[in-house]
Amino acid sequence: MSVVTIERKVLQKNDTLAAANRERFASNGLLVLNIVSSPGAGKTTLLEATIEQLRDRARIAVVEGDVQTDLDAQRVAKYGVPVVQIVTNGGCHLEANLVADAVGSLDLDQVDLLLIENVGNLVCPANFDLGEAMKVVVLSTAEGADKPLKYPAMFRKAAVLIINKVDLLPYVSVDVAEIRRHALQINPYLVIFETAATSRLGVTEWCDWLVAKLTAGHA
Amino acid sequence: MHELTLAAGILDIVQHNVLAADAARVRAVRVRVGDLAGVVPGSLQFCFEAIVTGTPFAAASLAIERVAAVAECRECGCTTGLSGPQFVCPACGALGMAVLCGEELQVVDVELDDAMARAS
Repeated sequence: MSVVTIERKVLQKNDTLAAANRERFASNGLLVLNIVSSPGAGKTTLLEATIEQLRDRARIAVVEGDVQTDLDAQRVAKYGVPVVQIVTNGGCHLEANLVADAVGSLDLDQVDLLLIENVGNLVCPANFDLGEAMKVVVLSTAEGADKPLKYPAMFRKAAVLIINKVDLLPYVSVDVAEIRRHALQINPYLVIFETAATSRLGVTEWCDWLVAKLTAGHA
Repeated sequence: MHELTLAAGILDIVQHNVLAADAARVRAVRVRVGDLAGVVPGSLQFCFEAIVTGTPFAAASLAIERVAAVAECRECGCTTGLSGPQFVCPACGALGMAVLCGEELQVVDVELDDAMARAS
């Protein structure tokens, strides 16, 4: 047997494309968020609430990742912001090249905040850098307090945790303090917000934090 | 099921590093997979076999080398193997230890069958 030495990262191609995206976003002075969660945690509702609060303070655009439909893009488009749909046709995560193609149809000079809603999945999207400034992981209370421990990669790579659907707490046997404790064990640097996006509870705190980030980035 | 994407990525890297004439001589593709890489080895194996079927690399098998996770405490500096998901320092109890290794996902090398004549 002879051996051909290769020594290459399997995700090198995606990482290279993500780095190019990141450079492009930086040159446009854009803040880019990669929003991840399991299906049904409330990513789209949180997007709607965020756009509603921030559209007068920042120029927002959205990239929607979906396995099969453009239902989420239709919801977001009602708020009058530019939205690009990526349908992955069964693919369980977004990749950097898909995002590069999607933002091609946006005028990035006219955008301050780009919100990328990933495919609902707490596993695969953790491995694929899109060129974002940060990952925001949304966890709904009904999913249970053990999720940070069960899906540690996502929680380790995220900068922000949004504990959503806190209005369900009277009906589910979940302790928010336990979610926080588990998440911080994995990643003590997580910035944590508690929201009920449907009733807009806690959304102001999250949006004010985002505005501070935007201001800092443009200073 | 991102293992299918990863298997395709592995095959892509092999194709770029092995001469087309040597494709059928590839017996093993060695990959390094860290315990924190978020990859199911059995699934990656299955996807790789599926993806090489019908290609010139059909005789290649995937040899997976696991890398155990090791982390260093940011507070007290002690180094420890991570067996579970909780990144808590066993010595001082500090949270969020820094990962030293265990996130690898790399193609290491390929083995070629020397007995088999090169396709001309």
